[in-house]
Amino acid sequence: MVREAGGAAMKARAILLNAAAVVVALVTLAPLMWMVAVSFMAPGEAAAFPPPLVPAHPTLDNYRTLFETYGIGRYFANSLLVSSLATGLALLFVVPAGYAFAKLRFRGRDRIFQLLVAALVIPGQIGMLPLFLELKALGLVNSYAGVLVPWLAGIFGIFLVRQYCLAIPTEMLEAARVDGASEGAILRRIVLPTLQPILVALALFVFLGSWNDFMWPLIILSDDRLYTLPVALAALSREHVQDNELMMAGSVVTTLPVLILFLALQRYYMRGLLAGSVKG
Amino acid sequence: MTAETRAGWVFTTPALAAIALFFALPAAASLLLSFTDFDIYALADLGNLRFVGLDNYARLFGNPLFWRAVRNTLWFVVLGVPLTVALSLAAAVLLDARTLRWKPVWRVALFAPYVTTLVATAVVWRYLLHTRYGLVNYALASVGIGPVDWLGSPTASMPAILIFVAWKTFGYNMVIFLAALQTVPQELHEAARIDGAGAWTRFRHVTLPAIAPTVLLVSILSIAGFFQLFAEPYVMTQGGPDQSTVTILYFMYEEGFKWWNLGTGSAVAFLLFVMIFGVTLLQLWFAKRVAPQ
Amino acid sequence: MIARRTLLGAALGAPLAACAPPATAAVRIWAMGNEAAHLPALLAGYDTAHPGAAVSVQALPWTGAHEKLLTGFAGGSLPDVAQIGNTWLAELTALGAVAPLPADAATFTADQFPAVLDTNRIGGRLMALPWYVDTRLQFVRTDLFARAGYDTLPTDWAGWKRALHAVKRAGGDGRYAILLPVNEFEQLLTLALQTGEPLLRDDDTRGNFRSAGFKAALAFYVSLFREGLAPIVSAAQIANVWTEFARGFFAAYISGPWTVADLKARLPADLTGKWATQPMPGPDGPGAAAPGGSSLVVCRTARDPAAAWQLVRHLSTVGVQARFAQLSGDLPARPSAWRAAGLAADPLMAPFGVQLARARAVPKVPEWERIVSEMQIVAEQAVRGSRTIDSAAAEIDARVDRLLEKRRWMVEKDRAA
Repeated sequence: MVREAGGAAMKARAILLNAAAVVVALVTLAPLMWMVAVSFMAPGEAAAFPPPLVPAHPTLDNYRTLFETYGIGRYFANSLLVSSLATGLALLFVVPAGYAFAKLRFRGRDRIFQLLVAALVIPGQIGMLPLFLELKALGLVNSYAGVLVPWLAGIFGIFLVRQYCLAIPTEMLEAARVDGASEGAILRRIVLPTLQPILVALALFVFLGSWNDFMWPLIILSDDRLYTLPVALAALSREHVQDNELMMAGSVVTTLPVLILFLALQRYYMRGLLAGSVKG
Repeated sequence: MTAETRAGWVFTTPALAAIALFFALPAAASLLLSFTDFDIYALADLGNLRFVGLDNYARLFGNPLFWRAVRNTLWFVVLGVPLTVALSLAAAVLLDARTLRWKPVWRVALFAPYVTTLVATAVVWRYLLHTRYGLVNYALASVGIGPVDWLGSPTASMPAILIFVAWKTFGYNMVIFLAALQTVPQELHEAARIDGAGAWTRFRHVTLPAIAPTVLLVSILSIAGFFQLFAEPYVMTQGGPDQSTVTILYFMYEEGFKWWNLGTGSAVAFLLFVMIFGVTLLQLWFAKRVAPQ
Repeated sequence: MIARRTLLGAALGAPLAACAPPATAAVRIWAMGNEAAHLPALLAGYDTAHPGAAVSVQALPWTGAHEKLLTGFAGGSLPDVAQIGNTWLAELTALGAVAPLPADAATFTADQFPAVLDTNRIGGRLMALPWYVDTRLQFVRTDLFARAGYDTLPTDWAGWKRALHAVKRAGGDGRYAILLPVNEFEQLLTLALQTGEPLLRDDDTRGNFRSAGFKAALAFYVSLFREGLAPIVSAAQIANVWTEFARGFFAAYISGPWTVADLKARLPADLTGKWATQPMPGPDGPGAAAPGGSSLVVCRTARDPAAAWQLVRHLSTVGVQARFAQLSGDLPARPSAWRAAGLAADPLMAPFGVQLARARAVPKVPEWERIVSEMQIVAEQAVRGSRTIDSAAAEIDARVDRLLEKRRWMVEKDRAA
């Protein structure tokens, strides 16, 4: 009797809980769903009260305008290129360093690493103004090289890779050395395969980070042919404050790729996130 | 020099060179630059550059807008950190419940805003918060709250941006909390349950103590994040209305890249660093006191 | 580093080469908003008339154009030709970013408004060629004013304000008489110029905002908000100016000639004939306004100055100017193009001519852009009631004097040299 009542209460609570989760998820996703809905509306349709939630006559006109009049296809290609390069270069610079800081003995290794960890607290924006002047001197302003530069100096990536490499048994590396494998071969054949999950996570971090990056490309790129999506979108949205539906289409084009990428690789992403957040 | 040592240097040099050249050097130069009046005239002709000692700092301290930016930023921190931490903790506890189904689905759904492009979602929220046609005011009207002029009144603009930031970032903290909640011993919960403790009591006396270090860590990360607000006000309000959303970084951007007062801008950057550094020291001190490990 | 750069350059060029014309010989021009939108039409056939002369246009948003030009200068990435707001010329000249007009420019400096040409003369040299002129006046819903008992608008401040009150009363709650976005400096600047008091003093090295004239203008401006005639909103908050104008959310709006084309294109048909343009009222009779507009400059770093000037020359020919006016609604810089475009007979455009005749120039200092934006920031505080008129005036002067400190030093240095 008592137990049954308890069971019923438990059941009611479970239903409530699940309902709460649904509501919270809906509220969280509402802005994104609304963005998609409005992007299919006719110009001016969304500026009404009560705000319409579904397009009366779904149309692709906003997307057509974006691609034909505003050439958003180019910005999309630019973003894709910049993010791919940033990801490739960051991995190239960061992975060997992270491994070396974990597993290779050389003088000053730990001292340098401590310095790097201390530098993690320095926000990147501190050096932005001098960095601009420096790149100007190098002739890299208004070029993708200038946009990519901050991604080469990824201290956090080094930290993450090192964390992961510490788990690699040293005996394994030593055995390979005895067999006469060169250091480069060890990195390629033994270390990289074990690092795979964290490499995917790191690649994902850099790709999403550089795709979403705004302040630096905004400063360094003056030629609109080179704009990345966020910079182009911010410029467009300042010029077209009134064109709500068009802006939503632009937001969809900007946001959808990263969302899809995240959904496809979310397991790696979460794992990497948790590995990186265990800073002590 | 052994092969291993050589490899150590070869592997680390590119990354260290990049860090030195594109991170350490500019950060150090920032301090030097802040003692000069490097501006647009100096860009045209270095003969127009003066060494001004601490003038930039003195002038900043006498500039009401700088204090406004500091005040705004501190408000963002003071209001935003508890809000986002509480939100994400609540969400984590909800998703941690044993009777909840499809946990991974909810986790991804709540995390999704975090990976969206800030500029794009800020544009979206600018419309959501529209005074007359926005979805947010529509929702408020349905519970009898009159239209709020979110982005137009100096008092509501900051909460507006806070709502946006909270929406965008709470999923990240939630995931970290979820991981921490996994480590809370179930038998403690069971014991408390048998003693007749209610859910709230169990949360306060069992869950919270177990995840206290994580709460601290998340708060620290959030504080650093709120200190670096820039794109949100840039896209949503351009610092307005009446400069109520000018943050320190936004102020630095305007000084440096809009008006090309690189000297003043660098001074702002350095002061921002000092603040974040101060907060970090506090964190270390706090961590030592609270969680001796 | 260099090697990596060429590598990157090769990598970056490859995927884009397919969809971009080779940009080597093209003259690069930066233009803003509405003007940029119509440039391609004006340049149709340009490359056939001038073989080998391709043009690539980059559109900048007006709100970010000034910083973009400075960033371009700082980063050494300016285009060959740029449209600039006339008030920015002093600054770009001081930086040495723009080249003076060539010796043979007399052919295209004839047939211009003298007052506008004069604003482009810095230190005795002509640094830019006027492209279009503009000034601001009121756009009014004549039907709403008529409903409130005003078939014509008073031309002095006091009478004008009475008319606005009448419109507000007739419109009722939730509606206003006039829109003055609090983030735009132009409206207050117009009122301040009307008082005839110079805005800077001492060889333009100090602010003059504590003068009686400016205070009167500021007090009048603030009173329009305080008395409920204008909503306290920034431009970003008005979802759609045309829609709101059509709905009667406000009955008057101060803007430039480009708005004529916008309104024609966007207002619903039933409003045709229910709106008009009107010159600005002044303190005691018709008032002045700042001569606005844009000029074209050739940057000092232009790769091919001759080709750049050729393009500027093309854009300033009477035929192109007239066509430009029809497309964009901008007012041509050359009076003969006004006649060619039939603007003098256009009831919506003619008032701009009247207003231009009463134009009054603003100081030519590089810091001007920043001075007016600081002025507006403080004025907004006065509008919102967190400052009195006197304290706002004092604050603007304090900020302006701070901004002009470097200029004072440089003026001293030049005197010493």
